[in-house]
Parts: sequence; C-alpha cells; structure tokens
Amino acid sequence: MDKDLLPKRSFAQKYHVRGIGGTILFFFLLWGSAVMTGVNWGDFFTNLDQFFDLLSRMAHPAWDYTNIVIQPIIETIQMALIGTTIGTLIAIPFSVLAARNLVKNPIVRGIIRFILNLVRTLPDLLLAALFVAVVGIGSTAGVWTLAVFSFGMISKLFYETIETIDDGPLEALRAAGANNVQVVVFAVIPQVLNSFVSYFLYTFEINVRASTVLGYLGAGGIGVYLQRSLSSFRYDQTAVIVIAILLVVIVIDAVSNKLRERLQ
Amino acid sequence: MNDRPVMIEFDNVQKVYPNGTVGLKDIDLKIYEGEFVAVVGLSGAGKSTLLRAINRMHDVTGGDLKVDGQSIVGYKGKELRNLRRSIGMIFQDFNLVNRSSVRRNVLSGRVGYYPTWKSSLDLFSSEDKKRALDSLNRVNMTEKLYTRVDELSGGQQQRVAIARALMQDPKIMLADEPIASLDPLTATAVMDDLLSLNKDLGITVLANLHSVPLAMKYADRIVGLRAGQLVYDKPIAEVSQDDFEGIYSENEAVKEGALNG
Ligand SMILES: Nc1ncnc2c1ncn2[C@@H]1O[C@H](COP(=O)(O)OP(=O)(O)O)[C@@H](O)[C@H]1O
Ligand SMILES: [Mg+2]
Repeated sequence: MDKDLLPKRSFAQKYHVRGIGGTILFFFLLWGSAVMTGVNWGDFFTNLDQFFDLLSRMAHPAWDYTNIVIQPIIETIQMALIGTTIGTLIAIPFSVLAARNLVKNPIVRGIIRFILNLVRTLPDLLLAALFVAVVGIGSTAGVWTLAVFSFGMISKLFYETIETIDDGPLEALRAAGANNVQVVVFAVIPQVLNSFVSYFLYTFEINVRASTVLGYLGAGGIGVYLQRSLSSFRYDQTAVIVIAILLVVIVIDAVSNKLRERLQ
Repeated sequence: MNDRPVMIEFDNVQKVYPNGTVGLKDIDLKIYEGEFVAVVGLSGAGKSTLLRAINRMHDVTGGDLKVDGQSIVGYKGKELRNLRRSIGMIFQDFNLVNRSSVRRNVLSGRVGYYPTWKSSLDLFSSEDKKRALDSLNRVNMTEKLYTRVDELSGGQQQRVAIARALMQDPKIMLADEPIASLDPLTATAVMDDLLSLNKDLGITVLANLHSVPLAMKYADRIVGLRAGQLVYDKPIAEVSQDDFEGIYSENEAVKEGALNG
C-alpha cells in the first residue's frame, strides 16, 4: 500500500507523547512521595534482623493452641458472612436507584450517589472503633462494621454492573405495561444476577481477611486472639493463628473462585 | 375499509425532541381496526417516533392522539400502563432477556395483568401458563419452551418476541423494523406470523419496513414518512412501485438502494 494514502498520525500519536509522559510523571510522583513521607530505606534494611528474629520465634508453633483458635475462627467467618449479607441486602435498592439507565431523575441519583460516596470514604477501622464505642466490645460491632463496609463497596460494584446491561429488554417490558419493579425483576435481575453473586463472594473474601484485623479493636473474632498473643509475646501462639487464618483464606478463596467460574 | 371503527387517530401531532430535532410534524392519520399498515421512509424519517408515540414510549409535544377513541396524551401511571398492556410491540433487535428461558420471556409479556408481588414471585396462573404455550404454538416455537434465548437463531428469537407480545392480548401490534436483522427466508416466516395475527386474531398491525416489496406483499395500506411528515398514504390496490421514487425523490441515491438502506 502507498504510504501517502494512510491517514497521518499527529505528532503526539507518532511519538507516543501520552504514554511516555504518563510514565515519567508516575515515577516522578513515586519519588516525590517517598521523599515527602521520609521513607528511610536504610532503616528498613537494618531492622530486617528483628523481622527474622520474630520469624524464628514463630517457627515453633504451639500446636496445642489449635483447639482454642477454632471457635474464634468460626466466629470470624460468621461475622464476615452476616456482615456481607446485610450490606448486600441494603446495597441492592441503593444500586438500583444509583443506576443511570434505571433512574432518569438526576436529583434522586445524585443524592443516592452522594450517600454512597460518603459511606465509602469511611475507613473500616474507624467504623470498627465507632461501633465498638456504640454497641460495645464483641462480634456485633464487627458485623456492623463489615455490613457498612460491604454496603459501600457492593453498591458501587452493583450499580456499575447495572449500567452495562442491554437496555432492549427494559424497553420491551415497559412497552408491555410493566411497572418499575417488574422491569427490575424481569429484565434487570436476570442480566446481573451472575455478576452480583460473584461480587458478593469477592466481598465476602475481603471481609474474612478484614475481620481478622477488626478484632484488634475489640470487634470480635480471631483478631482478639491475635492481638492477645502478640501483646503477651507468645509468638508461638501467633504462629498458630496466622497459619489458621491463612488456611481459611486459601480455602474460601478456592471455593469462591470455583463458584465464580461456574457462573461464567 | 372506512366503514370499520378507527383504532388509532393522529390529530395534527407534533414531536420535537428536547435537543430540537423534529421527530414528527403535522401528522394527521387514521388507522382502522384490523388494518395491516406498513410505514416506509428513509432512515431518520420518523418511523420509530411515530410507532412509539402510539404506546407513549415517546411523549408527543403537540396535537392529539387517540387510541380506541380515548385521548392518550395525558395518561399517567396505571392508566398509561394499561394502555401499553393493550398494545404489543416487537423490535429490530428482539429485546429478549438472553439469559432467561423462552418460557420466562414469554410469561413476562403478561406482567401488566399482575400485581407487583405476584409477578415478582413468579406466581402466574395456570391459565396464563397455558396462554404462554398457545402463544408459542402460534409461532411454532413450542418445543423451545425451556431453551435459553441466547441459544436461538435470530428468526426464532423474533418469533419468541411475538409470542411475548401476544401474551398481552393486544388490540394493536407495533413492529419496529421487525425483519431488519434477519435473512430473507426467516424474514418471510416472521412476516407470515404477523400476517396471521392480523388475519386470524384481528389485531391491527403497524409495521415499519425498509423493504417496499415486502410492504406491498403483506400490507393493506402503505404510509410514507419523510423528515417527520406524512408524504404518502394509499391502500395497497392503488400503490405502484413508481410511487416510491416519489417518497424518496429528494434524495439522489433514491431508487432501489435507498429503500433497502
Ligand atoms: N431520543 C432522541 N433524541 C433526539 N433526537 C432523536 C431521538 N430519537 C430519534 N431522534 C431523531 O428523530 C428523527 C426521527 O428518528 P426515528 O423516528 O428514529 O427515525 P426512523 O425510525 O425513521 O429511522 C431522526 O432525525 C433522529 O435522529
Ligand atoms: Mg427507526
């Protein structure tokens, strides 16, 4: 083909100005952040021996501690499951109201999205501290923390999924005289159900991990034991807890991956 | 023809879209009960707008529009849903839920007759389940009852869409380019189905068609639109192929090509 016949690339396209510029900017920001936050690479490496010391003390797990750990581990999983479920149930109506293709009224949508953004800015540790203060130490605080956290995350994932669906069936249902709820039930849900289940499982996974940390603040579950063992320097017990958490996370990961594959 | 009752009446109907585009201009048109009317015109002429004014999927911005003697332009809420329920619609892209079964898609055509909670829980009456079978039978799709829609061919999907619309027990069937996505053979099958609803069930059919030969083969009457205006309206007996050069005359690319475009 004659080269002259091809459309001309602009200067920016020809020399990949955006790609190269973006990369340079990225490294510049990275370097700038390191300087400004005072990351001391020297400290990191000189303290590495302390890390190895801890590791070597953890190398002899107190296996008899296993029995004690099982109950709080189960509690952690239960907290995650209940919290994720509550959060998801509340997220469903909110995500419907936040979806551009379902709610044409920009004011309603704007208010709903504002609430969702607000919820997502709350760090989960802050939530946990808040709930511990309100409902007291224990797994109830953990459940509510995870519920609010899941609500924020899931509603965003859900409404973005809803916005990608094919609008044709919605039009057909409306033209058949369906009301809004019927349109959602018959035309929206069948199109998003698989993604919803898969996001639920994904959030559940994250919550199992998160709830181990929440225990630190007194929000119940295995985290309480983790904190206790660390503060009493019983690293052999810490080892058992870490191994147990690892196992649970791997199993849940595997199970939910399998389930999500099935849904494809 | 004119001794039949009027089913749809456009009275000086105007439609201007919010962005200023003129969709329909000064439309006066009467469609009689039991007619099969083909609407022809170039892409962008306002055919889809005309159809969607009838079931108020689009609101008109001027004039009056009556369906079965009732002015519909002010309908809201339940009244509007009941109007839509009495008018079936099929689309170029079928607009079925691909992930659902044929059965659920067809039953969904009936939800206008159910309260929200009952339909949401899939509590369809046995009468309506039988109605679903009858509708599918009418378009020869009964054996696909439990098949997922995305496993069907385009022609089969359009026939399922017709069955869904039949569930509404409609007086009127609007078909917006029902065969534009189909090959000629399946297109004929779908047109035959529409014709049988018209002749056997007495449903008034209004179909946007690109193909003039098919319009001449199936319709009782052809109306033509250009730039939102009604520029042609003749019963089939008076239609001649040459007329269509008239409808598209302002465009150079006219003749056969434009009619299929
Ligand atoms: N939602 C809309 N907003 C603005 N203009 C529209 C909209 N829908 C259609 N139009 C315009 O109205 C005119 C008629 O469109 P349409 O009824 O779809 O024509 P046809 O179905 O004959 O191709 C076209 O110019 C089109 O661009
Ligand atoms: Mg159109």
